[in-house]
Amino acid sequence: MRNKLVERAKELLADGTVTRVIGWKRGEFSYDVTPAVFETAEELEKDFVYDGFCGANVSKYLIRESAKEGKILAFLKPCDAFSFNQLLAEHRIRRENVYAVGIPCEGMADIGKIRSAGIDGVTGIREEGEEFVLSTLYGEERIAKKDALAERCLVCKSKRHPVYDELIGEEGEDLPDDARFEAVDKLEKMTAEERFQFWRGELSRCIRCNACRNVCPACTCENCVFDNPDSGLSQKAAADPFEESMYHIIRAFHVAGRCTDCGECSRVCPENIPLHLLNRKFIKDIDELYGAYRAGENAENKNPLVSFREEDAEPSVVHERGRA
Amino acid sequence: MQVNEQTGFVPTIVAFCCNWCSYAGADLSGTNRLQYPANVKIIRVPCSCRVNPMFILRAFGRGADGVILCGCHPGDCHYTTGNYYTRRRMTLLCSMLDYLGIERKRTRVEWVSAAEGAKFAKTMRSFAEEIAALGPNRRLEDLRVRKSEPEGRVPDAE
Repeated sequence: MRNKLVERAKELLADGTVTRVIGWKRGEFSYDVTPAVFETAEELEKDFVYDGFCGANVSKYLIRESAKEGKILAFLKPCDAFSFNQLLAEHRIRRENVYAVGIPCEGMADIGKIRSAGIDGVTGIREEGEEFVLSTLYGEERIAKKDALAERCLVCKSKRHPVYDELIGEEGEDLPDDARFEAVDKLEKMTAEERFQFWRGELSRCIRCNACRNVCPACTCENCVFDNPDSGLSQKAAADPFEESMYHIIRAFHVAGRCTDCGECSRVCPENIPLHLLNRKFIKDIDELYGAYRAGENAENKNPLVSFREEDAEPSVVHERGRA
Repeated sequence: MQVNEQTGFVPTIVAFCCNWCSYAGADLSGTNRLQYPANVKIIRVPCSCRVNPMFILRAFGRGADGVILCGCHPGDCHYTTGNYYTRRRMTLLCSMLDYLGIERKRTRVEWVSAAEGAKFAKTMRSFAEEIAALGPNRRLEDLRVRKSEPEGRVPDAE
């Protein structure tokens, strides 16, 4: 797949359709792949990667890149394409400056899971049927996909690209949503006390590095509320448990209705806080209360938080739902 | 003043009231000599839609034990549609607070029109009673602003 993408990128660069390519390149290690912009065929040949560690969502980078002169080729996985489409709906990306190429994705590996399976010194990854084959410093290792896939990929929402100029590989389909909300369901069934303890345990690890905000393709304000010195939130490690709750509630709230559930927030979290569970709660509530809605599915759809119906449920539904 | 008879806990309640309906409703209950608990501190906002979720969280952080948001009845908004948006936002926010394990009774949204002075007083009384029974807000408080306990307030009433 990687070679196919490089070939196509080289062709498009050569015939002048695009002047740059955004894709992925290896970071310090083979498993910390980062988005990168390539300008020449040589750079592509040397650095471009597309493997099981390319989880990073490139669509947010297109805000900056599409504002520059010349067209950029963007390789979009289905997740990225949803985020890209949502950003188009919000007029954050100049569409005419992007040549979007949809690429297939069979799920991305989670290095944390691979490590906890006892595989260290990973230097490369490739897919083989239902397995990932990892080359390591100590020889080759195999791990079943279901044990190594990132959580967001296990409950993948779609293999379909809602927007593209060109597609490499075959177009996939939307997948059923049920599995995505299982974890949220489980939490909802707990008592308030249990939920509180669960979230206290998770959120108290937050070091306020702001990585979840910075990586989020929905968080694209020029001036973020959390950068305001008067916001009531300190900029460094939270001084108080209240700040942790406040930061995470507000972060999730600000992307409610726009979050495509790409799961980047949880991927980048250095403390492995399951931040996607906050976003998914909002998605689930919106689906249940205001009708099924998938952000990024269609650039024409109206965000449920900036629209309304006269017969909407009253806020008291929350009080009536479930146990007290 | 609403006090929990058993623990002596005196709740602090913040009420965000929209200028056109609920604030006028509070005024009406005052001119009608209808009493509502003095624990309720009213903050006037131009429209219930002006209330950012951060206002509510900050109120809790700064020592509120309960926060109530009052606006015009849906359909009667002075700005035509403001409270429809409020309704969606606050439903999601209340649901999220509940999801995080914060007592769901601590936040409430009520629609009170300018003619409903009696409803205003009744709503505030029932809300204050509920909060007094719930006890102090400990799950969403900022310890740095926890004041020295006012007289009669029991530090750990849970």
